[in-house]
Amino acid sequence: MRTTVAAAFAAVSIAAVAPPAHAFCGFFVGKADASLFNEASQVLMVRDGSKTVLTMLNDYKGEPTDFALVVPVPVVLKKDDIRVADKKVFDRIDAYSSPRLAEYYDANPCDRRRYRSEDAVRSAPPSAGSTRGTDKALGVQVEARYTVGEYDIVILSASQSDGLETWLTQNGYKIPAGASRALRPYIQQNMKFFVARVNLKEQAKSGFSYLRPLQFRFESAKFMLPVRLGMINSRGPQDLIVYVLSRQGRVESTNYPTVKLPANMELPTFLKRPGEFAKFYKAMFDRQARNKKLSVVFTEYVWDMGWCDPCAADPLSVAELREAGVTWVADDGTGKQQMGARPVVLTRLHIRYTKETFPEDLGLQETKDRGNFQARYVLRHPWRGSILQCLDAIGEYRRYQVSVAEREERAAQALASLTGWDIDDIRRRAKR
Amino acid sequence: MLDSPQARATATARAAGTLSPPLAATGQAGRQEAGASALRRLAGAVIAPLRRIDARLFQIVFLGTLLLFGALVRDFALEWEQVALTFAAGLATQAFWIGALDLKRVGYLSAVVTCLGTSILVRADSDWVHPLLAALAMSSKFVIRIRGKHLYNPANLAVMLAIIAVPGAWASPGQWGSDVLIGLWFVALGVTVTTSARRLDIAWAFLACYAGLLAGRMLILGQGEAVLIHQLGSGVLLLFTFFMISDPMTTPNRRSMRFLYAAMVAVLAFAWQYLLFKPHGLIWALFILTPLVPLIDWLLPGSKHAWKPPAKP
Repeated sequence: MRTTVAAAFAAVSIAAVAPPAHAFCGFFVGKADASLFNEASQVLMVRDGSKTVLTMLNDYKGEPTDFALVVPVPVVLKKDDIRVADKKVFDRIDAYSSPRLAEYYDANPCDRRRYRSEDAVRSAPPSAGSTRGTDKALGVQVEARYTVGEYDIVILSASQSDGLETWLTQNGYKIPAGASRALRPYIQQNMKFFVARVNLKEQAKSGFSYLRPLQFRFESAKFMLPVRLGMINSRGPQDLIVYVLSRQGRVESTNYPTVKLPANMELPTFLKRPGEFAKFYKAMFDRQARNKKLSVVFTEYVWDMGWCDPCAADPLSVAELREAGVTWVADDGTGKQQMGARPVVLTRLHIRYTKETFPEDLGLQETKDRGNFQARYVLRHPWRGSILQCLDAIGEYRRYQVSVAEREERAAQALASLTGWDIDDIRRRAKR
Repeated sequence: MLDSPQARATATARAAGTLSPPLAATGQAGRQEAGASALRRLAGAVIAPLRRIDARLFQIVFLGTLLLFGALVRDFALEWEQVALTFAAGLATQAFWIGALDLKRVGYLSAVVTCLGTSILVRADSDWVHPLLAALAMSSKFVIRIRGKHLYNPANLAVMLAIIAVPGAWASPGQWGSDVLIGLWFVALGVTVTTSARRLDIAWAFLACYAGLLAGRMLILGQGEAVLIHQLGSGVLLLFTFFMISDPMTTPNRRSMRFLYAAMVAVLAFAWQYLLFKPHGLIWALFILTPLVPLIDWLLPGSKHAWKPPAKP
């Protein structure tokens, strides 16, 4: 995974409400995207057999000169294996897989009209950062040196962790004290280090005001993310969102429990008010993570990349998938995405962890599970018609009113138990 | 010990000169021995009847508890229909083979153990996978036999088939979490089971080798002991140790060979997982090395295990 050495993470959220688009059967009104969690790092992984493509989103916002990224990699990467990716891929994949609210309207209980539906979407992007350097050896071997886009990259191998720490410091990388202890396990496993910093000249030439995501590919049986290294300079819990695109099925952890978030329950309709769903999702995730003692991996989304229901955003097009590193889908030449099953499964994992609760790096495996899952929450609006429309079926109308009151109480209780919010407060807000 | 009523009574008796000289001469040692033998008698009274019970009954209680715990407390992603179908298929297969081969002395306990193991270890996105695996695993006991012993541990075979062959099936080794307390609880109960199965040796030999390798790796990599605790806290490791590799029917009959076999499985499992970076090291290692068991039994024979202790003459 990524370590933004000497960096603080933050994400900026720019929410824009897109024009409504109709979706099958449900009505999408809002979502809780990754920008909600401001300590969240985002990684996109494509895994096909032993081939891995890793893209790391930079939400680094400090001085470009202070930016450095150190990632242990299993092999020495060639220049062709490294590129800068379009940040839009993250925005798209985040939007597509975000936790979502689906809205339904009751039909007139006295006749059998079907649901109506409408849609709304918003999306969010993050931001920028940069660097500089020197050169000298110290038990450290510079395996390769490249400039890719706005980044200067060196691939290092090392025999001693303090040697590597010294080398990095001497070469002007601002790495936190105590890094050598965290680096040692990777050196002992004979892993190489992908080290990147910003080339200011190239950055100026590129014309981008933010740091684009770095993407590299390699072949290795190791299917894991070195999350431990990212914790060197972390205080308190950290969030990591991992998107994995694979061929066969859902991806899960091999050494931590992988748990689906509670989802698909009906919740009070006031969550539709601006900002309420985001507040709910944060509180809910926070409570679930604490209940599991910050030691599990949550699944937020698993879906065949060909479709969605309801759609928080359209599935990624073939071009976008290829930008993400998926090599096994053929471009149909039209540039448009088509709905329908595709041999690409997206798994979105969300982890909140600390040094203590994740003592080992995150091991992953692809399962043969093709079952879809989404963190989807349902709002059901009661029928707001007048009793006069029901004069010939007054009994039906009364039964309906009782059932609405019951289900609203259930929804309030579900919300209370998911978030830990006060039930009386929820009932009050639901009445307003 | 001296504070125990019995010890005080002995001391008083000696002071009063009522004890016979030899016993009085042995003093403290004698009292300790008396206390120890009382303890032994007590333990004997508790354990002996337990030992006469078929070990598989313990296994069933233990695995059943585990299944309930997993399903209720640790979201195991297992449907009750899958469990029900596993049992239906597993028991029906056992009944079929008992009938077809006209076996008089074969019951259903092993089938129940296999069904529980399969339910705990295998995950599937449909309802037909579990019963299929249970039926195949049970059949393997009657079909794949060498020198009067079945070759594969049925649960091991079921998980293997799930990993490599059956569509929509997988195993989730991380699904257990690593609560050390729970791990210890597993061990405690597991010990009971294997003790009465009289094959405690292979479980401990395996665990010692495997834990040793993990500890060595931790030291070489310079990681903290939290890593080791996390790895040892794996529910799959404990289940494997006490219910799979300790299966007396699919391990060598001779004791020394069992130790050797346990060490080989530990080394291969470790290498699979931490040198080749492939998942399910334990399951693979046992599966790959199982064919050695009949070879070992042929070269260095020992007495075959019987589930039910011989009846008293």
